[in-house]
Amino acid sequence: MKSFIEVQNAEMVFNTKKGQFHALREINLKVEKGEFVTLIGHSGCGKSTLLNLIAGLTLPSSGALICDNREIAAPGPERAVVFQNHSLLPWLTCFENVHLAVERVFGNSDTKARLKERTLAALELVNMSHAAYKRPHEISGGMKQRVGIARALAMEPKVLLMDEPFGALDALTRAHLQDELLKIVGRTHSTVVMVTHDVDEAVLLSDRIVMMTNGPAATIGEILSVELARPRNRVDLAEDTRYVHYRKEVLDFLYTRHGHVEKAAA
Amino acid sequence: MVSAVFHSPLGSTTEKNQAQPIPKAEPGKQPAPAKAPRQPIDWRGVWLKVLPPVIGIALVVGIWALLTMKSTSFPTPAATFTEAVKVFSDPFYSKGPNDQGIGWNILFSLERVAVGFGLAALVGIPMGFMIGRFTFLNNMVSPLISLLRPVSPLAWLPIGLLVFKAANPAAIWTIFICSIWPMIINTAVGVQRVPSDYLNVARVLNLSEWKVITKILFPAVLPYMLTGVRLSVGTAWLVIVAAEMLTGGVGIGFWVWDEWNNLNVTHILIAIFVIGIVGLLLEWALISIAKRFTYDEV
Repeated sequence: MKSFIEVQNAEMVFNTKKGQFHALREINLKVEKGEFVTLIGHSGCGKSTLLNLIAGLTLPSSGALICDNREIAAPGPERAVVFQNHSLLPWLTCFENVHLAVERVFGNSDTKARLKERTLAALELVNMSHAAYKRPHEISGGMKQRVGIARALAMEPKVLLMDEPFGALDALTRAHLQDELLKIVGRTHSTVVMVTHDVDEAVLLSDRIVMMTNGPAATIGEILSVELARPRNRVDLAEDTRYVHYRKEVLDFLYTRHGHVEKAAA
Repeated sequence: MVSAVFHSPLGSTTEKNQAQPIPKAEPGKQPAPAKAPRQPIDWRGVWLKVLPPVIGIALVVGIWALLTMKSTSFPTPAATFTEAVKVFSDPFYSKGPNDQGIGWNILFSLERVAVGFGLAALVGIPMGFMIGRFTFLNNMVSPLISLLRPVSPLAWLPIGLLVFKAANPAAIWTIFICSIWPMIINTAVGVQRVPSDYLNVARVLNLSEWKVITKILFPAVLPYMLTGVRLSVGTAWLVIVAAEMLTGGVGIGFWVWDEWNNLNVTHILIAIFVIGIVGLLLEWALISIAKRFTYDEV
């Protein structure tokens, strides 16, 4: 099967005031269509940088990124991003926030009524119809993140890129949204690349977990395939030996083999 | 070049929060009479709000009255008040170019401010946008702005007189040049401080430049821009009085100077109050506009 996203030998070097910073080296990654891949690693290991590369928000210093047989040269609506801090525009209502995206992607092909329908459908998908005409500051953090996901999904992207989408939420809301995301992805068969630092989240959601070594010059340390049947249920999985095993593998990688090194060693 | 006259939108949000308790209490009260007896008015709170300003004003008027008790040249508060009633009983008379009612004087001054300030906004706001958006332009214009901004308003007047060869355009020119800086600077700062997240959203959605401006840049910059506008109007009103003293014509500044030549100190005092009150009203009007357009940060 031909891979859908391909990262070939990507290097990322930032020019900072203190000189060059080598963030990523020799990144090679293939993501299949319909696959759910998470990037996990300690903070500062460049997992968000890698996601930004796939999004096209930053361009690699060398190497190539390909999505659906085309080189990634700029951001575009076919690679929708759910940002860490939701990034809803505070002066627009939830409906308008989603509509802005829908209008951009389908504005040329669809009627106005159909655009509105799409927007409402996206909000319905994340159970946010009740707050469609509220502004972001009137709803909770979890709700904002859901609208952010709705905005991304409404564009019917080829790939959904998520940068620690649930990082700022409390544990219960996070679990709830993870379950909803599983259901949505189960229905839409989206290709997802998600950055996380939560081991349980990674195992629960992913088909494959990409574990990254510590920066500077971070790279992919290991890739773990999670072969758990879908739909997955977090309560049942808690006692599943394979789940526990996967979880231990990730923890082992993160804390035993690649424990967060002190700056002096680096 | 940026921080000198900068008020953050957060600052205006807190202002808003401070101002709100009073209107907020009202909707709470309205449904109350239907169910329960009316909430007693918080007299203590009212007193604490009303009393200090009243005492302050009374104190100043008292000192003024004491100091002028035996003076013959400086009018007492009572005399000023009776004269003010007389002046304001017929604000719109017109007896030739040098003797017009106070209403006309205020309106003529406001007209000059409106024209000068309006032109400044027309030029300054788009310029601020450009400077904020393009670093090259910013680096090009910044030193010029830093150099010209601290120049006293009246230093510009002779240039205006020279170029326009007339008093009225020269006064407008002075207002224009003095009120343009806060608008340029604040708009530019606002553009530079648009959160990069919002611009990333625009990039991911691949929005057209027009959509980026109308849906992201403009709303994000608006609170900063209105701060600039507010500062500009304040400056314009300060400058007009000085400019009119020098250029003459009908206007509140000219009126002050004219009454000084007539040695009518009472009228000068009235003019000072009027200038203060009009300035206050302008400021208050713009703050209420700014509040309407300030969004809550999430």
